[in-house]
Amino acid sequence: MPIHDQSYRRYAGGRESAGTAWMVIARNGILTIARKRLFIGLLLLAWIPFVVGAVMAYLNANFPQFTILSMTAQRFRDFLNTQDFFVFVITVWVGAGLIANDKRANALQIYLSKPLTRTEYIAGKLVILSVFLLLVTWVPAILLLVLHMAFTGSLTFLRQNLYLFPAVTVFAGVQVLLSAFMMLALSSMSKSSRYVAILYAGAYFFSHAVFNVIYAVTGSTRLSWLSLPGNLNQVGDVIFRLHPRYSTPPWASVLAIAVLIGLSLWVLERRVRGVEVVS
Amino acid sequence: MAQPDPAAVVTLESVSVAYGNRAALKDVSAAFAPGATGLLGPNGAGKSTLLKSLLGFLVPTAGRMNVLGLDVAHAALDVRRRIGYMPETDGHIPGMNGVAFVAYCGQLAGLPASDAMQRAHEVLHYVGLGEARYRNVETYSTGMKQRIKLAQALVHDPDLLFLDEPTNGMDPKGRDEMLELVRDLAHEKQVNLILSSHLLPDVEFTCDRVVVLDKGSVVAQGPIDALKGTRRQVFELRIKGDRAAFAAVLNAAGFECHEADEDVMRVFVPNDQGARALFAMAAREQVQVRHLKPSVPTLEDVFAKAVGEE
Repeated sequence: MPIHDQSYRRYAGGRESAGTAWMVIARNGILTIARKRLFIGLLLLAWIPFVVGAVMAYLNANFPQFTILSMTAQRFRDFLNTQDFFVFVITVWVGAGLIANDKRANALQIYLSKPLTRTEYIAGKLVILSVFLLLVTWVPAILLLVLHMAFTGSLTFLRQNLYLFPAVTVFAGVQVLLSAFMMLALSSMSKSSRYVAILYAGAYFFSHAVFNVIYAVTGSTRLSWLSLPGNLNQVGDVIFRLHPRYSTPPWASVLAIAVLIGLSLWVLERRVRGVEVVS
Repeated sequence: MAQPDPAAVVTLESVSVAYGNRAALKDVSAAFAPGATGLLGPNGAGKSTLLKSLLGFLVPTAGRMNVLGLDVAHAALDVRRRIGYMPETDGHIPGMNGVAFVAYCGQLAGLPASDAMQRAHEVLHYVGLGEARYRNVETYSTGMKQRIKLAQALVHDPDLLFLDEPTNGMDPKGRDEMLELVRDLAHEKQVNLILSSHLLPDVEFTCDRVVVLDKGSVVAQGPIDALKGTRRQVFELRIKGDRAAFAAVLNAAGFECHEADEDVMRVFVPNDQGARALFAMAAREQVQVRHLKPSVPTLEDVFAKAVGEE
């Protein structure tokens, strides 16, 4: 453009339809994080259990002496258990600053002065975190299932364990939604991502520590619903049709998870606003 | 209650907004005509609250607001699609350079990615950040941050701009440049705008009309020229004697008297009287006139009268 034309001009081009702004937020967030080499390194690390699982599936399918490595519901449950560590690290790494950084930079008033709702804003942020969490839970687990079928060369395993597909999907969904909503809610409560990270880690480990102390004193696991990871473990066992590891009724763990997600939504509703009202 | 003006870009009908128990806007009725309108008022008058209500950030406890013919209560998204907002406080998306930030804002406002990027370059050149557009916004100076806030408000080509204290924190040169930009937008580019400010010269330089707010209420509104008034003469007056007492006498006689610089008063005299009337009163009150000079009405006079400053 010539210099003499560098002035303000009216725009006559097209515009996207309403309700697409969350995709802009999600795409931008995902690309920003995916550009970080250290984070890519973490993702690769998170896929090592998948590689191990794939090798085990291959050995089990092709060498009779490795029947001990047979793929069962318990193995998939264990695989997702292994991924808990990476879910925690990615939740803290990606999620802590998602809203806190926007609050620090007063970006909420910029976002919400555009034609997007608060729900769209939260949805965009939720997608950013969920995509990375699903990349280390649902995607490798499903891929492991597919690989196992491919290695065995028959549909027998699939027919016998058809519930594993929805089980993996539902458990990964519950885990991702709980982690993402909790982290977003905490992130909306502060302008410091470090403080948010500490808060989340505190809630995660402290709740489990409290449960462990009670267990050590009483010898009962009925209060596992007090523990954040405990609830996920209990619900996960039920989803995978395994014997629950705690004596807490599964519905109590489901209720605890639902309450935590509900509480997170309530916090988000109150904290994500274009203007902060201090009464 | 003011009737909605079909020609106005923004109308407010008996709007009240409260923060908890504290009323920020009280029964405000106003119409903002197309062009540039200044939203004047001292700090805490409710200017920013009014803009935030028009954006849908705050929900009024009573009243109705219309922006570009759209009811804010029912079509807030459609309203925001057609307006640009330059907030008072610094605001940016963390970790982005200038052009990425403005393009991102364009996309959020509904522009396709390629158009948003092209517009971002254009508006950054327009606001004078062409050279700095690849720098991280967090490294910008205060003046540059003001400019990029204007750029993000302009990138999607809004029909109406809300500018909240656009010259805050700027040095004199930057302030002049910002005001030139605002004036150019309003008068050369035909962008409707509402400029909220407590700085009278800023509003007088850029706007044709003004709405004056004080303590959450509209105390004056209309074209600046009309508000200045032509039915009165203004004099700058300095006396030797009891100024407060003499000012009270002048006010009681139907003149209007405001404090100006230090010991100078600005006295509004009806056209059917003149300087002689002032001299006569001074003689009667045994006050010595040291300085009497004809002046012209300014926006400051309008403001002082509207907010009741003496």
